[in-house]
Amino acid sequence: MISIKRRIFLKGSLATGAVGIAVSTGLLTPGVSLAAWSKAAFEATDVNGGAAALYGSSSMDKSDKIKIKAPDIAENGAVVPVSVTTSIDGVSSISIFADKNATPLTADFQLGPGAEGYVSTRIKMGKTANVIAVVKAGDKLYSSSKEVKVTIGGCGG
Amino acid sequence: MASIKMRAKISDGVTTVKVLISHPMDTGLQKDKKTGKKIPAHFIQEVVCKHKDTTVMTANWGAAISKNPYLSFKFAGAAAGDMLSISWVDNKGEKDSTEAAIK
Repeated sequence: MISIKRRIFLKGSLATGAVGIAVSTGLLTPGVSLAAWSKAAFEATDVNGGAAALYGSSSMDKSDKIKIKAPDIAENGAVVPVSVTTSIDGVSSISIFADKNATPLTADFQLGPGAEGYVSTRIKMGKTANVIAVVKAGDKLYSSSKEVKVTIGGCGG
Repeated sequence: MASIKMRAKISDGVTTVKVLISHPMDTGLQKDKKTGKKIPAHFIQEVVCKHKDTTVMTANWGAAISKNPYLSFKFAGAAAGDMLSISWVDNKGEKDSTEAAIK
């Protein structure tokens, strides 16, 4: 199922390849700054510490308006597909934590105006843990979690 | 250096963007099996996606994102044919960017 999707995706990407080449030859220089990247948040060793460093607060409400789509059992902890969908209004940020990882914060997505409450990515998990999604809307934090059992860890070797 | 594959598709006013990036995403914890030395951390820290001059999504990543990262998100307010640009930068300062039209 996943591999089929990937195939379609790659095929679609080839069509836009020509534009990509034009850009990568130097027509566009990315003005990237790392101001938003929080070292403290990514190096925090627990979920609350990570949330506090990221948002300035670790008090969050459980919300059933956040849906986490992740496998119940991940055969390979190095690649765990996680999708977060939320119906909360005014979402400005979605972050994903794996609470048993050495550094639980895996990713933080800052959403611009017009963005829907949805992100999907693939994360590494060291062992069986709860995947926690934290959604920031307005000044409040909401969270939801889902346990993912990992048979082979993906953080070392 | 075409490390990014991006596809954006619009449906009912909502654009779904899917991105695949080629990157090792080393955590800094793994050891090289031959030499026994640790492989230094090498991972993407920031991915920025822009529609015209508006940043629609900024992703800050740690090393716990899988190798060859996949990313998908949705946003409203674009039209078919608009260009989207995306760029990433990693902890060694390497970077890449590309553009794609919304279909």
